Amino acid sequence: MTDLLRFRTDAAHEEPAVSLDAFVEGQANASAVRLEAGDDARVLIPYLDRIMLVEIGFPKFRDGRGYSSARILREAGYTGELRAAGDVLVDQIDFMRRCGFDAFAPDAPIDEAVLTRSLERYDYHYQPAADAIVPVWKLRHG
Amino acid sequence: MYKYDQYDQSIVDARVDEFRDQARRRLAGEITEDQFKPLRLKNGLYLQLHAYMLRVAIPYGTLDSRQMRKLAYIARTYDRGYGHFTTRQNIQYNWIKLEEAPDILADLATVEMHAIQTSGESIRNVSSDQYAGASADEIADPRPWAELIRQATTFHPEFSYLPRKFKIAVIASAEDRAAMRLHDIGLRLVANDAGDLGFEVYVGGGMGRTPFIAPLIRAFLPVDHLFSYCEAVLRVWNRTARRDNIHKQRVKILVHQMGAEAFAAAVEAEWQEILPNKSDVPRAEFDRIAAYFTPPAFEAGDREPDRADPDFAVWLDQNVKPHKHPGYAIVNISLKPIGGIPGDASADQIDLMADLAERHSFDELRVTHAQNIVLPHVRKADLYTIWQALVDAGLAESNLDLISDIIACPGLDYCSLANARSIPVAQKIATRFAGRQRDLGELKLKISGCINACGHHHAGHIGILGVDKKGTENYQLLLGGSGAEDASLGKITGPGFSEDGIVDAIERVTDQYIAVRQDGERFLDTYRRVGMDGFKEAIYG
Ligand code: HEM
Ligand code: SF4
Repeated sequence: MTDLLRFRTDAAHEEPAVSLDAFVEGQANASAVRLEAGDDARVLIPYLDRIMLVEIGFPKFRDGRGYSSARILREAGYTGELRAAGDVLVDQIDFMRRCGFDAFAPDAPIDEAVLTRSLERYDYHYQPAADAIVPVWKLRHG
Repeated sequence: MYKYDQYDQSIVDARVDEFRDQARRRLAGEITEDQFKPLRLKNGLYLQLHAYMLRVAIPYGTLDSRQMRKLAYIARTYDRGYGHFTTRQNIQYNWIKLEEAPDILADLATVEMHAIQTSGESIRNVSSDQYAGASADEIADPRPWAELIRQATTFHPEFSYLPRKFKIAVIASAEDRAAMRLHDIGLRLVANDAGDLGFEVYVGGGMGRTPFIAPLIRAFLPVDHLFSYCEAVLRVWNRTARRDNIHKQRVKILVHQMGAEAFAAAVEAEWQEILPNKSDVPRAEFDRIAAYFTPPAFEAGDREPDRADPDFAVWLDQNVKPHKHPGYAIVNISLKPIGGIPGDASADQIDLMADLAERHSFDELRVTHAQNIVLPHVRKADLYTIWQALVDAGLAESNLDLISDIIACPGLDYCSLANARSIPVAQKIATRFAGRQRDLGELKLKISGCINACGHHHAGHIGILGVDKKGTENYQLLLGGSGAEDASLGKITGPGFSEDGIVDAIERVTDQYIAVRQDGERFLDTYRRVGMDGFKEAIYG
């Protein structure tokens, strides 16, 4: 495990995350939950106001299910920390940010210089997502 | 034709910069080949038997002469002087060096082109009808919708690490010239009783080792919801598809396993969740895009060409199609010279086609899924001049939709996955049947060098599949497929054949067709009437 990368100003949430099964089966008062790639994020929706950290596992960087989980949580109004953990590579972080992830626990270290350049590279985006970016069609028509 | 504004250009330029950085990191050893692979694949760069292959996107198969000339320039400068037009209306270069790939992308960006999402597990280049905007049977030009999808699916953050590749086709006429139902999403623009436009939505088609014709999952989707509905399809698939077996991850497998009805219900439910995000592209933006596709300034007057030259008359009858505007015609340029490599064109030929488009077709060209080129808007009065120029360039083969108009994948000559060669088989068949192809009539023959089906063999009236039989190349024969509006999947006739044996077998098939066909029946019609039994004995004796 390498350093946690955070794009939030609040303090990192330290309580260990429980699995979705454990959360559902009695630990619904836990404030940190870990979702595996195949877990249904919608199960958490009734509890979002008391969850402070959702960690989503990426077993392989090619497994993109976590991107949908993240958006679903953000679209449901979740504002706590959303952490991508596992096989998270520098070239994925821009997309992950757009889907609502604001913290990253990559298995291998991320080159900060490459990351900074990658996050600044695109001035425009075609579609709205779970971030504040204004899609190109809105820029075109005001 | 669509033209980039500052936003489109900025995004494509940023992509060149990004890929340059990724290639640099790979060449410097900062990332492994395993990590680089999905990055290069998102940009159309495959590692092949002999070199890298680069696939360049030609959105919905439409391009202008400036872009076409750039493709010729790339063929000359970075490849061996030719390019290969593909079944998804793109172009591929087979002899590319990784070091030069970023420069090629930079060259492409100067003419509003790119290789974004032309391979890998991403939403691929949208395909469409090569006669769009020119054909009388369309209810509207489908390309503004295709362009809208192109933009909305480019770098979609949620759908860039999909279970598998994802292909979308949009058409707007009853006749299907784009194999629409063999795509992951096939869209057909239709009008309802009230006269409003919407889409029939088909999901889960595809070729590969388990071919499916996409079922209809929604009979009428109001056009304004096109994108959010596609997002719902993608999200259902992205969340529920298997991730443990690469051969079972396409959306077609999911639709098949869930059943079309249950899949449609899941999509409807997801769509209701997605609608509040307001991700649909507003009508004003559609109108802005559509303005680029207003018909060109056609001239009045209708003069039929002089048919005195018999070779010209044959070409007219075979390769020239009616246009919606009187006095104009649609010209198909065959990239299937007898004995040539299907879909290949030299840099000089590409330049010549660009010149013809500039002079005679309002500066427009199209690439077809059958690997030919179309000049969509040609004055009938110019047809003879064009034909003469094509003859001089070796591009005047009069074989559109005939047995020598073969779709063939690169096969073992280039492809690292191949079991057998496709190109020599195509060459032998074209040579054998050239003399009587007109008598055989419409006969779509398609060849793949392995089960991945890049050559559409499932959808050929006659299909050929290369397999490996104890270390030697062997070919299976399929009959009865179609990628058109009467879509069907071909059936294997029985035991396979050697390279020469397959050509002989096709001769027996076509002889049998000629023996039993009834008035006006195409090969496919005869096959559908008499079935496999009507051919089996002729083939195997
Ligand atoms: C030479 C390098 C190529 C490689 C390594 C390659 C690889 C593949 C693979 C692995 C598949 C199966 C995908 C699946 O079933 O999910 C496939 C399908 C396909 N490829 Fe290729 N291909 C190559 C070239 C081409 C070319 C030149 C064309 C066009 C002429 C093409 C068009 C297609 C099409 C239309 C499909 C079927 C898509 C579907 O299943 O819906 N490919 N390719
Ligand atoms: S069908 Fe097979 S041999 Fe042909 S290009 Fe595709 S992967 Fe290669």
